[in-house]
Amino acid sequence: MSDLLRVENLAVHIGGLVAIADASFVVPAGQVVSLIGPNGAGKTTAFNVITGYMRPTKGRILFDGAEITGLAPDRIAERGIVRSFQRTSVFTGCTVLENALMALHRRGSAGLLGALFRLPSARREEARLREEAWAMLEFVGLAERADTLAEVLAYGEQRRLGIALAAIAGPRLLLLDEPAAGLNPSETAACMALIRQLRDRGATILLVEHDMPMVMQISDGIVVLNQGRIIASGAPAEIRANPEVIRAYLGSGDWQEAAHAAA
Amino acid sequence: MNTRLRNAAPWLFPLALALVPLVFPDPYLLAVLTSAGIFIIGAISLNLLLGYTGQLSLGHVAFFGLGAYTSALASLGFDIGIGFGLRITLQPQPVWLGFIAAIIVAGGFGWLLGRLAFRVRGAYFVIITICFAQVLRMVALNWIELTQGPMALISIPPFSLWLPGQGVVPLYSKAQNYWLVLGVAVLAFIVVRQLVESRIGRALVALRANESLARSVGIRVTHYLIIAAVVSAGIAGAAGSLFAHYVRIVDPDVFLFIYTVTMVIMVITGGKGTLWGPVVGGLIFGLIPDLLRGRAAPEAQWVLYGVAMILFVMFLPRGIVPALASLKSRA
Ligand SMILES: Nc1ncnc2c1ncn2[C@@H]1O[C@H](COP(=O)(O)OP(=O)(O)OP(=O)(O)O)[C@@H](O)[C@H]1O
Ligand SMILES: [Mg+2]
Repeated sequence: MSDLLRVENLAVHIGGLVAIADASFVVPAGQVVSLIGPNGAGKTTAFNVITGYMRPTKGRILFDGAEITGLAPDRIAERGIVRSFQRTSVFTGCTVLENALMALHRRGSAGLLGALFRLPSARREEARLREEAWAMLEFVGLAERADTLAEVLAYGEQRRLGIALAAIAGPRLLLLDEPAAGLNPSETAACMALIRQLRDRGATILLVEHDMPMVMQISDGIVVLNQGRIIASGAPAEIRANPEVIRAYLGSGDWQEAAHAAA
Repeated sequence: MNTRLRNAAPWLFPLALALVPLVFPDPYLLAVLTSAGIFIIGAISLNLLLGYTGQLSLGHVAFFGLGAYTSALASLGFDIGIGFGLRITLQPQPVWLGFIAAIIVAGGFGWLLGRLAFRVRGAYFVIITICFAQVLRMVALNWIELTQGPMALISIPPFSLWLPGQGVVPLYSKAQNYWLVLGVAVLAFIVVRQLVESRIGRALVALRANESLARSVGIRVTHYLIIAAVVSAGIAGAAGSLFAHYVRIVDPDVFLFIYTVTMVIMVITGGKGTLWGPVVGGLIFGLIPDLLRGRAAPEAQWVLYGVAMILFVMFLPRGIVPALASLKSRA
């Protein structure tokens, strides 16, 4: 199996703080890999570096064999890596449908002339994008909310829209930063089903999530980050039994809960 | 039937405006409307940047002035030394060529400014744009061989157009100039509408609404900001060209900061980021100075502008058009 993403000896220093000390891991194509760890472990920082929002102090990121370290976020997105944000992020002032169309940007190609003269090719593309936007809204269950302003949506719906926007951009690698944060159990189940469907559609997924039952159920592989270092990686069963992981998490309620849930 | 009426409605307004010279052939009224129209074109162009991308360019008059000088110089011709004993000579060109040159030169400078200024955003962007206009004003004042400096370019020919059955005729009458400006304004409106209601326009709005999210889905920030800057500058250049051939005298004061401020006020009061905003704001603030002429000193006018601006920001922060739209949707 080929590795879609390779992170090699990544280090990120923010001022005097070492957010990531030295981290290497891979995400094989077609899998769901979870990046877990306590608060402040460096998970979001890793996402920021992979997607070009932060420059690493050291190390390389390879996507599909090509180095992407230090490229701008929009260039990285063009290559096929799209992320969702830990703090809910939508296009405010725009309707849900407009949000979807904006996220579909990469799926179109109409330029200045197409726009100015409403060329047949641009019209066809526009119709196709609208169809895709509706299909995705149906898929994530937001079709009835298409004409609602994004910021008016309920919290759970906004989270779902955030994931949908990343998914709709058609990434080969989808990075999800705590998609289930703040969701109730039934919403979490729906979120998990959505992630599975996205994987079945061909996306590779790197997931950051604190909900351990969800992580244990959904992941093909797990990478554990603690204080900027990777302390374990492997299949869910190995991680659950790893003494160092248990030690790092000792006292952390959600982990014990997870261990019980998984047992 | 209802939808057909709604589709036709936007055309009724320019149609009604086109009838004005026939119904009220008052030269003073036409002159006032024509100069307001030129500024409305400027406001329409500024709205693309300020309204749709959210970038506050306070040097917008630079493109207007560039258009005015380019078009005037092309139609007058020039003969200047550029050092090393070399000279550049241009014979007087037809006015329509000057008009096109104005759009191209202004658009080119829009591209250049975009390349330089969009690296920095916020306060630095605003300062760079102000400086840009001031530098051009200095060039216009001091490059006397080309621009005549403060003595101004005079005897600029009027716009000429090919008219069916009459060949190419210069437009001397007030009504002809009025129709010309109206025609260009409608074109500018359509260009901006086509652009904002397209994939490009969505990218611009996405960048304004949430830049980091926009980048995460692959929208290239500078690419789209530069497209907006070029189109915006080009339209402003067209307005400058109309101005040059309508007033028929161009001096360095076309680069004055106050004209940028006027356009900004038009866009903000009308409603930035709406298609009709600059038209509505432009009609109001394009006509007020002339309605007040003779009744109030120019200084009083500026005070009035300031007061109106403060009132708008306080009570209608999003502008007239969005306020009317929300009234309508609530009804
Ligand atoms: N922009 C920043 N400026 C300063 N410190 C930062 C910045 N971003 C992250 N950090 C620090 O880097 C460390 C790692 O943060 P990060 O957000 O990556 O953690 P995380 O694993 O995502 O945590 P959480 O589970 O709480 O989201 C933390 O100590 C954090 O305070
Ligand atoms: Mg985080």
